[in-house]
Amino acid sequence: MNDRPTKGCQGCGCSDASREGGAIEGQPARRGFMVKLGAGLLGVGGLLTALPIVGYIIGPATKRFTNVWVDLGAVSVFPAGQTRFATFLNPIRQPTDGDSAKTACWVRCIEAGKFQVFAINCAHLGCPVRWFEQSKLFMCPCHGGVYYQDGSRAAGPPPRGLFEYQWKVDGGKLLIDAGRLPGLEESV
Amino acid sequence: MKVLKASLGWIEERTGVVAFVAPLLFHHVPRNAKWWYVFGSATLMFFTIQLVTGVCLATVYAPSAAQAWESLNYIDNHVPMGWMLRALHGWSSNAMVVMMAIHMLQVFLHASYKYPRELNWITGVFLLLTTLALAFTGQVMRWDQDAYWGLGIGAAIADRIPLVGDEVRALLLGGPIIGGATLNRFFALHVFVLPGAAIALVGLHMVLIIKNGISEMPKPGAVVVPSMYRKEFEERMHKDGVPFVPDAAQRDMVFCGVCLIGLVALAAFYGPFGPGGMPDPTIIDTNPRPDYPFMWLFGAVSLLPPSSETAIMLIAPAVGVLILVALPFMSNSGERAPSKRPAMVLIALVTVMAIAALTWEGTTSSWSPVMNGWSSLPTPVKFVRGRTPLEMQGAVVFQFAQCRNCHSLDGLGGKRGPELDDVATRLSYDQLVRQVQQGGGNMPAYGKNLDSAQTAAVVAFLATLHPANEPDSRIPGAQLSVPTDNATAR
Ligand code: FES
Repeated sequence: MNDRPTKGCQGCGCSDASREGGAIEGQPARRGFMVKLGAGLLGVGGLLTALPIVGYIIGPATKRFTNVWVDLGAVSVFPAGQTRFATFLNPIRQPTDGDSAKTACWVRCIEAGKFQVFAINCAHLGCPVRWFEQSKLFMCPCHGGVYYQDGSRAAGPPPRGLFEYQWKVDGGKLLIDAGRLPGLEESV
Repeated sequence: MKVLKASLGWIEERTGVVAFVAPLLFHHVPRNAKWWYVFGSATLMFFTIQLVTGVCLATVYAPSAAQAWESLNYIDNHVPMGWMLRALHGWSSNAMVVMMAIHMLQVFLHASYKYPRELNWITGVFLLLTTLALAFTGQVMRWDQDAYWGLGIGAAIADRIPLVGDEVRALLLGGPIIGGATLNRFFALHVFVLPGAAIALVGLHMVLIIKNGISEMPKPGAVVVPSMYRKEFEERMHKDGVPFVPDAAQRDMVFCGVCLIGLVALAAFYGPFGPGGMPDPTIIDTNPRPDYPFMWLFGAVSLLPPSSETAIMLIAPAVGVLILVALPFMSNSGERAPSKRPAMVLIALVTVMAIAALTWEGTTSSWSPVMNGWSSLPTPVKFVRGRTPLEMQGAVVFQFAQCRNCHSLDGLGGKRGPELDDVATRLSYDQLVRQVQQGGGNMPAYGKNLDSAQTAAVVAFLATLHPANEPDSRIPGAQLSVPTDNATAR
């Protein structure tokens, strides 16, 4: 035993024999077993602990939120031929959201009973677009994206037209299907 | 004295702290390690300030989307020295980024990343990434309009990742919207995860500095040969080195002292950053801008051709990090002197200039329309004096149709489109009509949005925009197409 090079233990003062355990009967087998048992238990325990932690962290990516019909008010506040600013409280919100749960959108009433509701977020990188009634354009303050009144892209970097919400009129009220931050998953 | 010595001995016998620290303080460093070497220490000093002021701010800051913005205003206006603490934290953050950049540039120019200091460089790269992440999450902590819409931009970029974009976005935001969960996520990163990582990396960086020594000033001809370097370096240090304390440390102390005084002066004079407008996404009268360390990225993203921007935004950062990490493996021996590595000097120069230029572009952001240009800018008198009613009517249309948001007159107005002071020398009457109606070249078509009377008026106005001594179009015969009642050339 002792002619093997010592490993990992130089200088700690313990004798090589006691370390290797060769001199004491019964020890090596037991130690090998304990190490394996320890590693196994730690592994299983670690995995069991890690599961909820990982689940907690990636939770937001796995949880599905369904949009909800949100009331934007009576249709009469959106005159035909006009595009108006509207706000609503996001139906998907937490108690700590504060003002950030407020959401804005642009409502275009093409003619009585026919609407287009645009997300406020530019289809380029999400900045809030502003409507200009005189030139009938939406402009984005960030990188100069411009859209026509029907939401189609007019100029600038946006790869597509404005995001649109689904809408319906129910009991004289304009409802939109809102919730998650509009993004590319919206196919419109 | 005797008691002191005895008690010190008592402590030393039990902790070994002196035996541990003394070699760190008095290890030999190159004699010629002069002022070039102070920037790393300054970075560390600013990081320490970030830790201290950060903990202080955390005692009052409310990490909740409903209250964060108000708590910052409270710190600024009601907590004794609160504004100063915020100012120190903000300015020190910028200073840390700047010092780190200079430090990195020096290491790059002197090729100090070569054998055996490859890992010094790599831990440094990760420190840079951690620091930038701290700066970005710190901007989110301000929870103002810039923070909100900055997150929106981050979310939109994440959203563009193929296949898993939506999931990555949800992970980033902590949910389907930018809200309470988002702020708390970034808070956890900003005050726990990232500082923890930074402390660990700084520790590792220091261990490596002690282990590998500080590199000498590069000399042409003094090549790095990995098989002999360590032995020769140690011999040179032994023979010719000077102890870190006080020989090198004195310069660090002087420089850090100057930096500290500068920091306090900046903080006291300019005060804290923000918070800007309240984080209410229904207030859309906003012009979101990133903090300075990210201005160049803002510039880059804005100037990218739209057709390739997704690929570039997603791939370029990864490629950049990869190149930085791979650098010491691509060349870890040979010459270190900048004069012998002209290509590397050129790369450094181009990088610095590109970042400076992009920062400038981001700051001026000529691509952004001036959103209130149409309603707030005067029409220069020289462009309306002596004009016909139709032309003056055109000047009004020009203003009300938001043309001014993208086009400037006499230097005032948007810079997104060309300046129109002398547009009539570039476009004929017909071309002006076509440009207004059909747009093109990144201009929307106004044909649907202006009636024919408005178009006639605005073009009549535009046709007058030329210097008095130049005809209003360079195209021969173009004047023939100008309606006769409007043909008075000036
Ligand atoms: S976010 Fe609107 S143009 Fe970029």
